[in-house]
Amino acid sequence: MATVYIPAALRELTEGVECVKVEASTVRQVIAALEARWPALQGRLRQQDELAAGLAVSIDGAISSRGLLARVGPESEVHFIPAIGGG
Amino acid sequence: MAKKHHLSAVVNGEPVEFLCEARQSLLEVLRDVLHLTGAKEGCNNGNCGACTVLLDGLPVNSCLVLAVEADGCRITTVEGLADATHLHPLQQCFLEDAALQCGVCTPGFLVAAKALLDKNPNPSEQEIRFELANNLCRCTGYDKIVRAVQHAAARLREART
Amino acid sequence: MTASAKPAASSSAPQYKVLGTRPIRHDGTDKVTGRAIYAADLHLPGMAYGRVIRSPHAHARIRSIDFSAALALPGVLAVTSAADMPDLKNKFADLGEGRVNLAHLGANCLAQGKVLYRGHAVAAVAAVSPHVAEEAAKLVRIEYEPLPAVTWVLDAMKPNAPLLHDDVFTESMGQLSDKPSNVSRHIHFEQGDVQRGFAQADVVIEREYRTASVHQGYIEPHACTALWNQDGHVTIWTATQGSFSCRQQVAELLELPVSRVTVVPCEIGGGFGGKIPIYLEPVAVLLSRKCGRPVKLTMTRSDVFEGTGPTPGSFVRVKLGATRDGKLVAGEAWLAYDAGAFPGGMIGPGCMCVFSCYEIPHARVDGYDVCLNKPKTAAYRAPGATQAAFACESVIDELAERLNIDPIEFRLKNAAKEGTRRVDGPVYPRIGLVEVLEAARASEHWNTPLAGPWRGRGVAAGYWFNIGLKSSASASVNADGTVTLVEGSTDIGGTRTSVAMQLAETLGIAAEDVRPQVADTDSVGYTDVTGGSRVTFATGLAAYQVGLDIRRQMAERAALLWECDPALVRFEDGVFRTDGRSITFKELAAKLHATGGPVVGRAAVDPEGPTHGFGAHIVDVEVDPDTGKVTILRYTAVQDAGKAVHPSYVEGQMQGGTVQGIGWALNEEYWFDDRGQMRNASFLDYRMPTALDVPMIETIIVEVPNPDHPYGVRGVGETPIVPPPAALANAIYRATGVRLRELPMSPPRVWAALAAAGKSS
Repeated sequence: MATVYIPAALRELTEGVECVKVEASTVRQVIAALEARWPALQGRLRQQDELAAGLAVSIDGAISSRGLLARVGPESEVHFIPAIGGG
Repeated sequence: MAKKHHLSAVVNGEPVEFLCEARQSLLEVLRDVLHLTGAKEGCNNGNCGACTVLLDGLPVNSCLVLAVEADGCRITTVEGLADATHLHPLQQCFLEDAALQCGVCTPGFLVAAKALLDKNPNPSEQEIRFELANNLCRCTGYDKIVRAVQHAAARLREART
Repeated sequence: MTASAKPAASSSAPQYKVLGTRPIRHDGTDKVTGRAIYAADLHLPGMAYGRVIRSPHAHARIRSIDFSAALALPGVLAVTSAADMPDLKNKFADLGEGRVNLAHLGANCLAQGKVLYRGHAVAAVAAVSPHVAEEAAKLVRIEYEPLPAVTWVLDAMKPNAPLLHDDVFTESMGQLSDKPSNVSRHIHFEQGDVQRGFAQADVVIEREYRTASVHQGYIEPHACTALWNQDGHVTIWTATQGSFSCRQQVAELLELPVSRVTVVPCEIGGGFGGKIPIYLEPVAVLLSRKCGRPVKLTMTRSDVFEGTGPTPGSFVRVKLGATRDGKLVAGEAWLAYDAGAFPGGMIGPGCMCVFSCYEIPHARVDGYDVCLNKPKTAAYRAPGATQAAFACESVIDELAERLNIDPIEFRLKNAAKEGTRRVDGPVYPRIGLVEVLEAARASEHWNTPLAGPWRGRGVAAGYWFNIGLKSSASASVNADGTVTLVEGSTDIGGTRTSVAMQLAETLGIAAEDVRPQVADTDSVGYTDVTGGSRVTFATGLAAYQVGLDIRRQMAERAALLWECDPALVRFEDGVFRTDGRSITFKELAAKLHATGGPVVGRAAVDPEGPTHGFGAHIVDVEVDPDTGKVTILRYTAVQDAGKAVHPSYVEGQMQGGTVQGIGWALNEEYWFDDRGQMRNASFLDYRMPTALDVPMIETIIVEVPNPDHPYGVRGVGETPIVPPPAALANAIYRATGVRLRELPMSPPRVWAALAAAGKSS
């Protein structure tokens, strides 16, 4: 099961839970599982079947450009972080 | 519109004649009339040095010279530094020492450095920094430019002896 | 000098033939002879010249625009304003580096209804000559209704501040505020138990820091030429960091299919992030459509200062707690960065970078993105990191001093390493901060005593992510054994060569035997911007894969010659071999036509970042107590490059980034008057470092290979701008006993601080 970290700004919606184990093989499934457990999360991590604007997903330290399609391994650690660019 | 002026000058060793408006700067005429686009416009008010050319051997910001002032003058631009088969030692040293990154300030630095070495074949680091302080570079931090000028100076001194 | 990291310097370190050497760059001769064509150098038959009319107000409603007098001037060919732009309300586009609000992007290119900063583009004209265009621009009558303006980030956050947008709300992880606000985003990170963490601390230091807006300061002003052809196809020749990003931005703004827009990247005279957004291109396209000619638009230097992206001005509060034995236990940071006129500044990376050099078990970060009446901010070399590091590294220095621990030792005790969890969550893979700090501690500079009054030595660390993203490349093998490489990364600082060297290494040929070309958007696969320190890493990876593709195809040709199974052909040191037989790459290249025709390799990659670039800087200063002027006596920059492909250009990135950081620290700032007008929009008054202001910048390249790149490349361009302000502030303190917490630390400000402390003469 993948380990998913709840962004600090959303922990008030997850009864303070910071981190959960989730059965999922894509980021879409990760978010679906979180939304199923905490319906208040709907619309916060994804909007119109895309990762929310300004958000990126980090899987095992690597920032994926595949958004909801990104693969998640059984031992993966998943974080939702601000998108970064560069100069 | 006022009539254009008919001017003649020697540009990079070749006599040229051209027409220009009184309000046109030497930089504009070099770039837009004579199509010598090596000199760059970085500020158009004499603060960046990217448009440096030699006017009768002296470095000037060509954006601050009216073209009509250059009538009868000798003008050297970056295009005039190399001969048909060889780069000028300054150009060669800039390449060997990686003294350019984006390259847009490079023409101005090369011309300003030539003016420096023409009058002082063995400048100190401080003298190089002082003489090139009219030219802004935002990429290199100047380190490799100063070294390239030092190396070119040494190469030119060797060639003379 | 190059110092290999101790753990990596074992006998297993790979031996390279091309990587690590210093060949002359492939585009060098054109750039030292004046032949290279930059965007402003382009001249097309029948070309018209445009001029953009810009707002004289920091904030105003546009009442009317009257072009009649301008159109009556002989030689005027076309005029345009936002009325000619499609309505793009609530449309977004993914531009690789993140989603962009198209209505905001369009309104930044040509103001819609309101002007939001002095220098905001309002309208444009095209004419037969630049001078006629300039005269026509003066004849365009624009009526404004001035509005109150705000230019300091904390003022813009106040409830009664002038509101820039009635459709911008504070977004916090997908939720919007009830009321419109200048604060467009709130970011919050937290790990551990911050209260408990500070309770464990023996020493807690909390300080506030302010930084002014600074500009990227590239020497080449923005310039482009656009042609709307009679068949409806649009071609744009421009100075851009990303030709595909430019193509997409223009296509989205003008509602054209991307295939109808070709972007031809010219040589580019610096960017540092500031040539990622588009400004002139859609305006030139609109003018060209109207007059049927190619239209060239160029900015003046004051246009560049007043109309293009500076980096955010910022307010940062950092609180750190440590135990007596020098372990950081808790941290708290509160950051407000201005975004300029439209939302979407650099607050995200600022929040992620503020504690990125340290292992801090309990930490909390809050960050705010704030709209105000300045040009829309653009990325500037490690965007957002420098402001954050100025604050954090200054507090780290105070803590080290309070605990009586050597500042490098204190950083080493707490340095982030493989396995450290960042405050934003992810865990670091193998990184090189410890090796960088050890190299700094072992440096000749650090071990040379500094003596004399008013002199001091400072040190600071810095971090930038370095990103991956998409790159494409192809290469064809010539019969003489050379290879022509086609790639899509516009070359700002010598990346043609750093990319070509990786292909040469892969093929076992000389760097000079690869001829790299940067192609237009019709001639190479999609490639993301030259930014994020990504080109040598990601486009270099594409070149490596192109090399593998060519090797595979060439091995098949060798197998054909030798009548053997291709799987039995090995490639080593530029030679194909099988039992007892061998043929060099060059010999085989001559036989391609007889063995099946041309060999063309191709690759398209999308590697995942970040590749994690760490640096540490040491600086010696002397402060003049009479004037407040800070003179830099000696400077050393240390950085982990992963693998330095072309060490001269790695050093060049370190030196150039350092000097930009020095400018940011000591002199550069946007000066605004009480009406929000920038008062120093020239290179005379906006004081960038000259050759006379800085010493040689010594460099120490550390190489801790990136495990996610075949040659260990990490990317180097951005990190070196991060440490200088903090390193200089720390040095000024050691020289004077006074801590400066506001940038720039210009002579008047340093003098005032010394006077306030009773230390000036």
